[in-house]
Amino acid sequence: MSDSALSSRGLAKRYRDKWALKSCDVEVPVGCIAALVGPNGAGKTTLLQLAAGLIRPTSGEVKVLGSAPNQDPAWLAQVGFLAQEVPLYRRLTGDQLLGMGAHLNPSWKETIARDRLESLGIALDKNVAQLSGGERAQIGLALTLGKQPRILLLDEPVASLDPLARRDFLSSLTEAQFEAELTIVLSSHLVADIERVCDYLVLLSRSQVQLAGRIDELLAAHRWVSGLRQTTEGSLAQHEIISESHTERQSTLMVRLNGPIHDPRWEVGDVGLEDLVLAYMGRKGVDDMAQTQRRLSIVEDRP
Amino acid sequence: MGDQLPPVKAVVGQLTINANTVLKAYRDLEREGLVESRSGIGTFVLRRPPGPSPHTQMVLQRGLDRWLHEAQDAGLDLESIEALVRGTIYSAMNEGVA
Repeated sequence: MSDSALSSRGLAKRYRDKWALKSCDVEVPVGCIAALVGPNGAGKTTLLQLAAGLIRPTSGEVKVLGSAPNQDPAWLAQVGFLAQEVPLYRRLTGDQLLGMGAHLNPSWKETIARDRLESLGIALDKNVAQLSGGERAQIGLALTLGKQPRILLLDEPVASLDPLARRDFLSSLTEAQFEAELTIVLSSHLVADIERVCDYLVLLSRSQVQLAGRIDELLAAHRWVSGLRQTTEGSLAQHEIISESHTERQSTLMVRLNGPIHDPRWEVGDVGLEDLVLAYMGRKGVDDMAQTQRRLSIVEDRP
Repeated sequence: MGDQLPPVKAVVGQLTINANTVLKAYRDLEREGLVESRSGIGTFVLRRPPGPSPHTQMVLQRGLDRWLHEAQDAGLDLESIEALVRGTIYSAMNEGVA
């Protein structure tokens, strides 16, 4: 586990009678930018909060930089967390917030935060309340980077920003990741952003991890196949079917490859990240899948 | 040749893409022998990629331009032209021509 920045085993969190996260096993490698995607209520915020030590698991364990979240100043100094609403003291100015950062963080480096904000032209003498959402997000990020963390946990950092502010924010993020060799885990719904910025994907749905891995490897492992509606017996049986749709004559399936597809009756195409994410999000539970497999294998060619 | 590629950080910031993607692209170029990385200084272009010279490409493009006009004159719209090109490339590849 030495090369995982974040790892969990059987991690679960229950609120009253509802599981927010169930048997969650993830490994996020050091130095990547990992995207946490999934429908609302899938457990993304819960996972980030568990990793940051803001809440405690009901069962299982999570390790961040090799340790379970704790109150040790040395561990806390290495972990940056930015909540979706970017909680800043609105009546303080950027300057005052930077001063606070210096007092509250043992490994604070003023220039990292200040240079970043000054190069973006953000007024540090104004109350935060007078700034735009994009500027506030940048201040939040700068404060988090100023403490020189080794891992950054961001909960929907760009969800409320306009496209330009989003672009600026993500630029700052990718630059900072490169300069400081950070690991970043961010939750987001915006697949186009993820495709550019992230190189690792963790997909949560129905409180469980449905898919995780390096994005290029995941894309290489999946294919669209389409052809006349026919049995999957034999030709596709060795592959895992992720999604399928059928018309009277035509079948289109997304499969996770388990070797090459040789059957010439299938037309095979590459899968995009958005297709992949949607297919896994819409995927039925494992029990339903087994039924689908059976049903599909007895479908006969129609005249 | 001899030109310097922009530093990774600049590419990352300007294009807003993952640094690992840029590093991988630079490594691929280096492995192909097209660029050379001088540590602490930067990455420099060594030679052109293999393939036809710009002049040959221009001649080929002119031929394609002529064909496009012919196709348009024959009443094909953009979609039909694309379909025809794709179909021709596909069958040529299957015959082992291209």
